[in-house]
Amino acid sequence: MAILSNAVEMADAGSFSVSLGDQVLIKELNTSGGAVANMTFHHGASSVVLDDTYPFYKFVFSNMHPAGNAVFWLFQANAVDASGFNEQITSSTFRAVNPENSSNGQVDYIASIDQSNGTGFQNICSDGDIKTDGDSCISGELLLFDPSNTTYIKHFMARTNHMVNNSQSSDNHIAGYFNTTAALDEFQFKFNSGNIDSGTIKLYGIKGAAN
Amino acid sequence: MGLISNGTTLLDAGAIDSGIAQGPMQLITTLTASSSANLSFTSGISSTYKEYVFKYLNLHAATDEAELNVNFSIDGGSNYNVAKTSSFFRAEHTGGGTESTAFEYRTGDELSNGTGTQKILRTFSTENDHSGSGTLTLYDPSNTTFVKHFTARGNVIQHANDTASAAFVGGYANTTSAINAVQFTFSSGNIDAGIIKMYGVL
Repeated sequence: MAILSNAVEMADAGSFSVSLGDQVLIKELNTSGGAVANMTFHHGASSVVLDDTYPFYKFVFSNMHPAGNAVFWLFQANAVDASGFNEQITSSTFRAVNPENSSNGQVDYIASIDQSNGTGFQNICSDGDIKTDGDSCISGELLLFDPSNTTYIKHFMARTNHMVNNSQSSDNHIAGYFNTTAALDEFQFKFNSGNIDSGTIKLYGIKGAAN
Repeated sequence: MGLISNGTTLLDAGAIDSGIAQGPMQLITTLTASSSANLSFTSGISSTYKEYVFKYLNLHAATDEAELNVNFSIDGGSNYNVAKTSSFFRAEHTGGGTESTAFEYRTGDELSNGTGTQKILRTFSTENDHSGSGTLTLYDPSNTTFVKHFTARGNVIQHANDTASAAFVGGYANTTSAINAVQFTFSSGNIDAGIIKMYGVL
């Protein structure tokens, strides 16, 4: 017998029906149905929540594998009621990289993929393109701060790790802000060329003091 | 009086029952060091979770200048020798009247398909109030198609001049076999005290 409160099902069949804890799984997108061109999270569509319900949102991507060779992992956003995924971004990026076949790693700022009020998709895998070998992929997470705020710009931070095309490990650190005071409610992830052959992205909401 | 649904206690004594998972980040195991040679997670790593988070809290070394390492196993902990390719850089600040800073890549702390341990925090101090803490994330360890990426970030008070040393490690376990055990050790001596918690993220 289900337990209801104010018409909301709280528990049933030996488990809670409502989310507990401070990190709430909102939505999972994956390639179980086959390769896809992109993965897009839009508030109000397919049970996605991306509004002022949570002050922080986190995307976690596991084993994103490209269909094409030598590609980069990217993301962008749309403001509410906007389209085109072309919000202005200012960002910084650095990475530490080390190859499999020798020991000569290094850490560098990567100027080629930062943006200065650019409207392109933001690279979140540094300057080393992703190897397309069967066991190669990129995993990591992106933290988004208060995307529905209409007073301030919107900060983000990402950390990913991937196997570079010449068999290197690349530990990538990307941070920046969307230079808009409009609320953002749609986020898209994709490779710069070709489909997402396989992989999973999970969107979490993280409760703040107001929640 | 407890609130029971389908034979499962959900609420009791004014709180959610301890057996009920609260949120997608679920505590699986807590290991506590007591002059321990290692802290090894040999169960609870499965395909249930695509992301595992290890939080090491106030690890205290028994031996000065010991360094915190991690390694992975594909045979339940019989052998910790998975090949890894990784990078390591650090940011350090030395106080105590000898002000200096460092930001550098550490080639000696990386691995290039090495099967030995991966360093995740440098040179601990054995002073009573000194310790190291941090987080290691391991992505989809049970996957049998892809390599297994991991990232770590932590901070330790080093033996010399109370240096604050932040370490950043990223890499992948270069195997398509499922990883089913994770071990933390010091480069020398025991883990005198501290805890490591393993979480699975749904």
